[in-house]
Amino acid sequence: MRNAFADEITQLAAADPRVVLLSGDIGNRLFDRYKEAQPERFFNCGVAEQNMMGMAAGLAMSGFRPFVYTITPFVTTRCLEQIRNDAAYHDVPVTVVGVGAGMAYAGLGPTHHSCEDIAFLRALPNMQVLAPGDAWEVRAVVQALPRQDRPAYVRMGKKGEPLVHSGRLADFAIGRAIRLSDGSDVCLLASGTILPEAVEAGRLLAEAGVSAGVYSFPSVKPLDQACLAGAFQRFAKVVTVEEHSLVGGVGSAVAEWAVDNGADARKLLRIGTPDAFFKQSGSLAFARRRLGLTGPQIAERVRATLAERGNAA
Amino acid sequence: MTLAPDPAPGVDVPRLQRQAAQIRGRVVEMCHASKSAHLGSSLSCIDILTAAYWHVLDVDPADPKAPGRDRFILSKGHAAMAIYATLAARGFFPSEELASYNQDDGRLAEHPPANMVPGVEAATGSLGHGLPIGLGMALAARLRGERHRVFVLMSDGETNEGSVWEAALFAAARKLDRICVIVDYNKWQATGRSDEVLGLAPLADKWAAFGWDVRRLDGHDVGLLAATMAAVPNGSGKPVALIADTVKGKGVSFMEDDNNWHYRAPTAEEVAMARAELGLEAP
Repeated sequence: MRNAFADEITQLAAADPRVVLLSGDIGNRLFDRYKEAQPERFFNCGVAEQNMMGMAAGLAMSGFRPFVYTITPFVTTRCLEQIRNDAAYHDVPVTVVGVGAGMAYAGLGPTHHSCEDIAFLRALPNMQVLAPGDAWEVRAVVQALPRQDRPAYVRMGKKGEPLVHSGRLADFAIGRAIRLSDGSDVCLLASGTILPEAVEAGRLLAEAGVSAGVYSFPSVKPLDQACLAGAFQRFAKVVTVEEHSLVGGVGSAVAEWAVDNGADARKLLRIGTPDAFFKQSGSLAFARRRLGLTGPQIAERVRATLAERGNAA
Repeated sequence: MTLAPDPAPGVDVPRLQRQAAQIRGRVVEMCHASKSAHLGSSLSCIDILTAAYWHVLDVDPADPKAPGRDRFILSKGHAAMAIYATLAARGFFPSEELASYNQDDGRLAEHPPANMVPGVEAATGSLGHGLPIGLGMALAARLRGERHRVFVLMSDGETNEGSVWEAALFAAARKLDRICVIVDYNKWQATGRSDEVLGLAPLADKWAAFGWDVRRLDGHDVGLLAATMAAVPNGSGKPVALIADTVKGKGVSFMEDDNNWHYRAPTAEEVAMARAELGLEAP
């Protein structure tokens, strides 16, 4: 995903002279092509995220379209007040880009994990929150953002994630879910880096005779309300899947929407990370296994929930 | 008979002093009417504001968003009364609106709000935000080849914030010589002496060590302030830090250097006494 971001921001900066890129002393070599093309519009801001975010706001107040890039917890929680006061409160088009969201940096430990960022960022007025599910969604989000002229947060993975889409998304829009497969029994709404696991879960469910509609749900704020209304109407079960805490993430946003809009919230199953730090060492694959976030585990969880419901009925 | 050289050529010092006294009088009234805090902090920076708005800044109250204007950010947002009274006196909005300060459903809140008040470049209130924002504005100007300058007024207590020093490091690395920080060094913060709460001294040496061109000066000498600020960029090739020695509560004898006036509001009698000391008529 980060390579897609670097490529896309390079293209965007070539087309839009308002685009500037601020990096918190990471991305060695990653932005070489960008820097070669736009040496004036790249700022390595050092390991100083508060200043980096405040400067981005100052640039945005002056008509630029800054993208602020570093590892997810450092570009969100480390400088949360600058995001809140300087970008969101002033309602200026700063785009916060977190690399390695969720458990992407599993091996680096809890200081580098990020399973709370959606909760913090979506609570901020004016802030859009986007969790692209593969590299093509990253590209679509980066292209769509400067047209919005609003503060935004993009949480993405690291590199080498499986592709879900086969090419550029022709009709991508912020605030709209993307249907990947239709179904009739259960609806999976997968947000962000966990998307490939959810797609696998949908396939496994189909093999087991459960018809699953799978949607990529990259837009956490604003929510695709039409998609949610349809899902709660048509399906017996609506499942949110995310690599983020169950406290305040996409599942929470959907639950809030359901309660506030008269949908049957009992249909909702939320799959995400628990309210706990993940302290064991190991790979992303290990962490997902331990957290119950692999495709087979998600499929099994959904199947078991459907069976429970069948027994109860 | 020989005349001493004029320390501030071209500066109309008596006019600035009269202007500063009027703003002080207005601020004392606003504090009394609204029963709000931060009178001492507001009074200590009024000579700096007066020098900036009546001699230094290229700003047009009729066109407050003009792209080429100089930017002035009140990073010590708790001195909101001072900036409101200054902006009103300079014609950014009618002085009558000052009566709405801190009243229900107004726009003159106890800290300057975002995108509401003409002349307020950035909302502040949480300390340590103004300089990074100012650096972003300075970078924007440089990218566009614009010549305007960015002035950031902060308090000495504000330099407790780590973000100030992050920004100081960045500005020095990029040689942003069109940015000027003025530290209102009144030696007090909310609950104690600013050199004792944290190890602030030697403050000027710290800025110099961070790569800034530092001038220490009397923060109530409007002529010197005006001349020094007007000279930015000053040819040093560095960002400029003016360490302005000030007195909290300046201009009203019974408020000067008394930190109770960080939170206290004056009575009607005290307002009258203050205005008399400032050479102003009774309200």
